[in-house]
Amino acid sequence: MVDADNIIKDLQFFYPEIVLTVTILFVIIAELIPSIKKKLIIPFLSLAGLLLSIFFSVRLFDVQERFLFSNMIIVDHLGVFFRIFFALASVIIVLLSIPTFKRAGEYYALLLTATLGMYLMASSTHIIMIALSLEIVGITCYVLAGYRRSERRSSEAALKYMLYGAVSTGVMLYGFSFLYGMSGEVNIYKIRDILMLEPIDNLLLLVSVIFILAGIGYKIAMVPFHFWCPDVYEGAPTPVTTFFSVGPKVAGIALLIRFVFAGISVQVSETVEQWISIGDIDLQFMLAVLSAITMTLGNTAALAQRNLKRLLAYSCIAHAGYILMGFTMFTGAGINAVLFYVIVYLFMNFGAFIVVDGIALRLKSENIDKYRGLASRAPYLCFALTVFLISLTGIPPTAGFIGKVLLFAAVIDSKLYWLAVVGAVNVVVSLYYYFRIIKAMYLEKPISADELPLAIPRIHIFLTTLLLIPTIYFGLFWSPLREWTTFSLNFMLSID
Amino acid sequence: MGFLTLITFIPLVGAAIITFLPKGKIALIKKVSVAATGLTLLLTIIMLLRFDRTMPGINKEGQFQFVEHHKWIEVFNIDYFMGVDGLSFPMILLTALLCFLCVFASWNIDRAQKGYFALFLLLETGMIGTFCSLDFFLFYIFWEVMLLPMYFLIGIWGGPRREYAAIKFFLYTLFGSLLMLLSMLAFYFTNEPHTFNMLTIMQNSITYTRTFQYWVYIALFIGFAIKVPIFPFHTWLPDAHVEAPTPISVILAAILLKMGTYGLLRISYPMLPDAANYFAYGLAILGLINILYGAFAAMAQTDLKKLVAYSSISHMGYVLLGMSVFTSAGINGAVLQMFNHGTITAMLFLIVGVIYDRAHHREISGFGGLGSQMPIYTGITSFAFFASFGLPGLSGFISEAMVFIGAFPVYKYITVFAVSGVIITAGYFLWTLQRIFLGKLQDKYKTLPEISGMEIFTLAPLMIIILFVGVYPMPVLNLMRASLNYLIEVVHP
Repeated sequence: MVDADNIIKDLQFFYPEIVLTVTILFVIIAELIPSIKKKLIIPFLSLAGLLLSIFFSVRLFDVQERFLFSNMIIVDHLGVFFRIFFALASVIIVLLSIPTFKRAGEYYALLLTATLGMYLMASSTHIIMIALSLEIVGITCYVLAGYRRSERRSSEAALKYMLYGAVSTGVMLYGFSFLYGMSGEVNIYKIRDILMLEPIDNLLLLVSVIFILAGIGYKIAMVPFHFWCPDVYEGAPTPVTTFFSVGPKVAGIALLIRFVFAGISVQVSETVEQWISIGDIDLQFMLAVLSAITMTLGNTAALAQRNLKRLLAYSCIAHAGYILMGFTMFTGAGINAVLFYVIVYLFMNFGAFIVVDGIALRLKSENIDKYRGLASRAPYLCFALTVFLISLTGIPPTAGFIGKVLLFAAVIDSKLYWLAVVGAVNVVVSLYYYFRIIKAMYLEKPISADELPLAIPRIHIFLTTLLLIPTIYFGLFWSPLREWTTFSLNFMLSID
Repeated sequence: MGFLTLITFIPLVGAAIITFLPKGKIALIKKVSVAATGLTLLLTIIMLLRFDRTMPGINKEGQFQFVEHHKWIEVFNIDYFMGVDGLSFPMILLTALLCFLCVFASWNIDRAQKGYFALFLLLETGMIGTFCSLDFFLFYIFWEVMLLPMYFLIGIWGGPRREYAAIKFFLYTLFGSLLMLLSMLAFYFTNEPHTFNMLTIMQNSITYTRTFQYWVYIALFIGFAIKVPIFPFHTWLPDAHVEAPTPISVILAAILLKMGTYGLLRISYPMLPDAANYFAYGLAILGLINILYGAFAAMAQTDLKKLVAYSSISHMGYVLLGMSVFTSAGINGAVLQMFNHGTITAMLFLIVGVIYDRAHHREISGFGGLGSQMPIYTGITSFAFFASFGLPGLSGFISEAMVFIGAFPVYKYITVFAVSGVIITAGYFLWTLQRIFLGKLQDKYKTLPEISGMEIFTLAPLMIIILFVGVYPMPVLNLMRASLNYLIEVVHP
């Protein structure tokens, strides 16, 4: 029962979130002081907060798994894994934002608030808490998307994002209300335990699951809830787009893992890493079809794009499809592959967006035609972009290849061969548009005689290198990463 | 560090050195390339001297030579496992030799030399690595590593439609590779304990169900068929060949095409023996189609390079026919044909390159009477053409004859039709010879210079090998005989 002592005791497992909250307050206060605002203190304050938060998160790995605040929040390896993941992502985004948003304190406050929301998304078990965390991420992201008020595209992006977001979250809440109605519980673990024992109306369960998937699907840009994605990605400022492409999307994946594996399915036995869904609904097949449609649509739509941000937006949709492959088998190997893939995805997708951002700062354009012959003007960035694109395609020796291998392996292990073949064909399709960029950079002649080397901000070069190294290294020696994801896979499966 | 690691990664080291050299130092870049490929060739020759011709290899680790076996990624039982036997060693020899020669054939590359030679060396690493690997995962990585440099080499240094040709090549082969990846994973999960070790997968072949074997065989086959290329997966080849610069065409035809048949022999056959037997007849028919289709298509070409490209398709048909019969003569002939086709077709593409550099076009009907203008070149070309259509005394004859001798007792009618391919081949080569070298010399070609010393230098070693193998093929056959005869025992007991 709710007990003040317990809540205070639980606070010690909540340090990562508390640190972030305090940092947000500091950032907001710092913005009000003119002498601080002029310098680069605010971004570095944000960085310090994030790093401290990572430090406390890592320490949580040693803590016995437990529920906090009367079963609202969970502390387990999976949650900690995602906390570290989101904090790292935000660190990169803060660094990337420095040239664009030097002194905009509120920008960093929003970014940190979104990070806090993502922390909570990855560890909420209470349906109200889930909705709340989704809204924290959602609302801050709407503002971030529209951060350039003077630009029409940016405002349009924000409005579209918000409209879609509002509808899908509403639908999701409606779905949760069904679950609540069926079980009388508000904690997804308890809902599952009750529904397992009682005879349930499968149709009702199916409807509520579909509604909830709509909410999560919107976050991860799963077809058919992806329509906002290209417009928002194109319209938002590039550092924000970069953030969207990994942050909220992976938060949605974290939530999906929690919901699917703790909310609506049970592990066959302690020793077997295989889950079965409650009720009599073929959730696996549903997810497999959604995965196949998502990657196919993402990849085929990307073929026609000329704007790189839009192209990468569709590529992000396709990658949501690849990641969904990991969910279709309900196996430990599947989630493990998903965890591995999201890390790799962070490296390569951030990398690609950062290069695009760096080049766009100079060329003032993200159009693929402007990239013609760019290799001679920005050799290092073009090389890096090539590696990232190769990794996104899934060609060795890059980390993206290993990510795809693990996903395919999980699919084949469960004998879902048709999905593996669909995935393979999709990889070939994606090769075409990724290599169109490479073709423009290396194979085509520059349009103008303007052969001056591009002056790229140093921070972009630094971040590109920072992401390039793991993209190649983990393509050859990926045992440590795999061990880490296996270690993080320990997540709490039941509530006592 | 063992020989195989050295020959695989010396080119990569060369590529890395070139990356750090300044752009302008072209002479130095070329020197590094010569050194890297030359050292690799030298080590390969030392290996040849030490090579034990009696050890069969194929599916027993103890019977492989120059073995290197280290743990790489333990969670997935992936090893750094390399070794050679009579099947892979002739291919490595061929690769090392042709890469060395092609560096000289690349002397006239006139732009972005730094990138060119770096990618070329990376390509060599990929090719040699593929032939050395005995771990499926490692094999796959090297296999894919070949694709990227090839894309750029065709796409940047190629002809007018290079962008189209490069991406077409890439899309086709990547599709094939991905099917191979899925098959590889299927093998991995079928074996208990899970493994990527090729030899273990072969030894467990008896435990695979027939349905499993058939499906995986088909998936692998499509992957390899695209590489060979087997009709109807061949359409990327003429485009890629026509657009690729001369040395890259040579590598493509002489080595990359062999990857397909090598893969069938190294992977499909010993891992899926039931399926290999079941589909053997189909393979023979596809071989026949390749022989005839390639030959007729070659006859219809007006572009000399396209003609050679189609003749490659035709000649790979003999390899397929020889492979499909599981007789000693057939399979030895097939692998010898792989080796011979590598040397002969390399010559043909180099020869096309020589005339293209001078006349800047390759239209067969645009020439005539060159025999009087370039007598040495005419002689060398005739030699290569004769070798290609199987003139006795040159190497092509030996392997084709062996294939026919091996295939005739098994598939009489197919062999009879296949032999007619030789006649068509002789037809289009002689006709081409006549159109280019005989007749009246056009005025604009009265100043064409004779073949240069450097060009002869790249061609002469190949001529010596072709002549030597044609007269006395035993040294090459001895290299592979033990392995291939044992392979037949494994697949077709």
